[in-house]
Amino acid sequence: MHCGLGCQLLRHPLMVAVTLVLLIASGAAMAEPAGRTPKPAIEPARAGTQCVAPPEVMRRDHPAMLKHQRDVTVHRGVRQARDSLQGCVGCHASAATGSVAQAKTDFCSSCHGYAAVSIDCFECHASRPAQRTAQAEATKP
Amino acid sequence: MRSEHFQHIEPRAFWALLAFGGAVTLAGLGAAHTMEVHGHAITGMTNQVVWGLPHVFAIFMIVAASGVLNVASIGSVFGQSAYKPRAPLSGLLSLALLAGGLMVLMLDLGRPDRVIVAATHYNFTSVFAWNVFLYSGMAAIVGVYLWTMFERRMNRYSKAAGIAALVWRFALTTGTGSIFAFLVARQAYQSAVLAPLFIVLSFAWGLAVFLIVQSAMYAWNGQVLPEAVRARMARLLGVFVAAALYLVAVYHLTNLYFARQGDFEAFILLGRGDPVGVFPALFWGGYVLLGALLPMALLFHPRGVGPNAMLMASVMVVAGAFALLFVFIVGGQSFPLEIFPGHEVTSSFADGQVELYVPRWPEWLLGIGGLGAAFVLTLIGVRALDVLPHDELKP
Amino acid sequence: MSKGSTEALAGRRKFLGLAAAGMGGVLLAPGIHLIEVAQAATPEVTSKVRWGLLIDTTKCASGCTDCVSACNSENGLDPKPSPTSAQWIRKVEIKEIKTGRQASLPVMCQHCAQPPCVDVCPTGASFKRADGIVLVDRHSCIGCRYCVMACPYKARSFVHEPLTDQKPDVPRGKGCVEGCTLCVHRVDRGGTPACVEACTKAGHEAMLFGDLNDPDSAISKRVREVASRQLRADLKLDPGVRYLGL
Repeated sequence: MHCGLGCQLLRHPLMVAVTLVLLIASGAAMAEPAGRTPKPAIEPARAGTQCVAPPEVMRRDHPAMLKHQRDVTVHRGVRQARDSLQGCVGCHASAATGSVAQAKTDFCSSCHGYAAVSIDCFECHASRPAQRTAQAEATKP
Repeated sequence: MRSEHFQHIEPRAFWALLAFGGAVTLAGLGAAHTMEVHGHAITGMTNQVVWGLPHVFAIFMIVAASGVLNVASIGSVFGQSAYKPRAPLSGLLSLALLAGGLMVLMLDLGRPDRVIVAATHYNFTSVFAWNVFLYSGMAAIVGVYLWTMFERRMNRYSKAAGIAALVWRFALTTGTGSIFAFLVARQAYQSAVLAPLFIVLSFAWGLAVFLIVQSAMYAWNGQVLPEAVRARMARLLGVFVAAALYLVAVYHLTNLYFARQGDFEAFILLGRGDPVGVFPALFWGGYVLLGALLPMALLFHPRGVGPNAMLMASVMVVAGAFALLFVFIVGGQSFPLEIFPGHEVTSSFADGQVELYVPRWPEWLLGIGGLGAAFVLTLIGVRALDVLPHDELKP
Repeated sequence: MSKGSTEALAGRRKFLGLAAAGMGGVLLAPGIHLIEVAQAATPEVTSKVRWGLLIDTTKCASGCTDCVSACNSENGLDPKPSPTSAQWIRKVEIKEIKTGRQASLPVMCQHCAQPPCVDVCPTGASFKRADGIVLVDRHSCIGCRYCVMACPYKARSFVHEPLTDQKPDVPRGKGCVEGCTLCVHRVDRGGTPACVEACTKAGHEAMLFGDLNDPDSAISKRVREVASRQLRADLKLDPGVRYLGL
């Protein structure tokens, strides 16, 4: 098929260059200003306690730890173990929201938001510790 | 060189058809996305009827995918020369229908994002787990089969590939029927006859779909199906439809013989307990009349079958297929479980009650979207590959 | 030494004693907390135990839903269920057609020894624990609903919409299938299911929970004395839930 006028125009090197520049410029213009994603705000957990492992270990291994623990709990019935999710939530729930994943600055959401790794744990799991859930229930209108 | 006989669809028509098929598929994908975000609450499915219209579409497509390969098998495995040129189109349709059916099935899952889990965790007492291998293996085998047909150097392996495909699809269709056959809980299922029934249904539905697609493409390209071939294929479809009707009859007759199945059969065949009577209407009117008797009357007509009559019979068989699957899949769930035989039962969980299932727009769009995906894949395949049989052009 | 300095000395000793006690408390308290955490992990379940329920339908009043309400509040379920809501336990009213005899009973997951739901689950999410409790591992559940089709007792529910405010001990979410867990989160900690507890507390005494493998447990003794039956016993699934008076 013969390339018509419009086609020839679009394929001209200058047009191609202009289009590319426009695309890149508009992309840059639409980009988020630097620092929009807040750096993870690791709120100190409950005073007087220690996490089950040092932070470097936790940062690297918590997915494997959680995955192993969930099998141990669900299939073998071991509850309140050292690595239980409720244990994590109990210590790390934010003082402000009472949750680990509600606000963008809560413990789990802040790191995961920064690293852009979505988690679906809290589609099923409560992100608030037990007694705070009870309080939230009590104060519901 | 076969290139000069390469049958094309008109370019303009191709893009228009592709746009149409693509739009239908996208609508289906959009419906699936909405279902994933809002949950199945937006569909007509409840805790009483958990497998609805998407399953009807998906199982039709998967069973037809298995059966449409019959045309190729009759050519390669049974050596009937009239069918050999039709084998590539049959293989393409098989892949397209399988893809469409699996798309609907996987998108209807409660957690489609977990398909990876399904692909990596297997419980081999489950037919579903076996089906993951059977369906994906089928796609691979049909791919190899097509390759042996297209690649001249591989032509001599075509028969072996055809035999492998034949054996595999028997296993696959048995697996599909067994999904239901192995369910001891429900009165509609728990029957060994379902496995062979599904095999025969696959023959009938697959051939019907093949004839529809072949007729449509011939009409586009101004080709004509030779009289002798048409007569044979029409008669074959008639035989398959009759065999399927026979097995459905056997299934119901056996059920009628058992006193404990009486209430269920009355519900399906006579509509007892169902205020609307949707299942008898679909079964007798949709399947037996429209899907079996009328097509057989056309296909076995003493004065022969014209191309229009054959097309109409095929379309009726497909309509009857949807009716039968709806009665089978949804009717089996609408009828309540008999936990307390001989008792009237009521509860907050619809125990003892007939559940009327009314599909809503997400299910319709998802099911039709699957058909759209199969259509798009067939269209692209026919355009890109030399699959159309080289019969004569219209004088 | 003068009298005043002795008093002062006594005063200082008291102060030092109190200070030492206070210091000891502050130092020990985190340790106590840590010991508390370390002791808490519950033991692994074994097949030595087989949990079961015995339901006396003669003590089950028509219209009483104490067990259902307890289950709903324990597990965070809908108190007013719609056709798409999950129901883990429901009260069923039955009337024998030929005789007119009526009965009322709760029906929940029967925790079969040969569960069809476990056989049909493609990913193995529906599984039977060593102690006989049949559960859904929602980490593996893909929501195919095959188990819902397979269960003869309609025990399983599919979650049709997004959920919020789940109970911390009972994670549940959209797209997965679920059913009565026999309150594993309580049982593993040595407790009894919420339905049984509520029925007992209200004084109906219609539900009994216990170890069917232990010949001396209350439930084993009772099923040895009185004729009980399983629902759909003809299917030979050997449920762990038995009923009296049916």
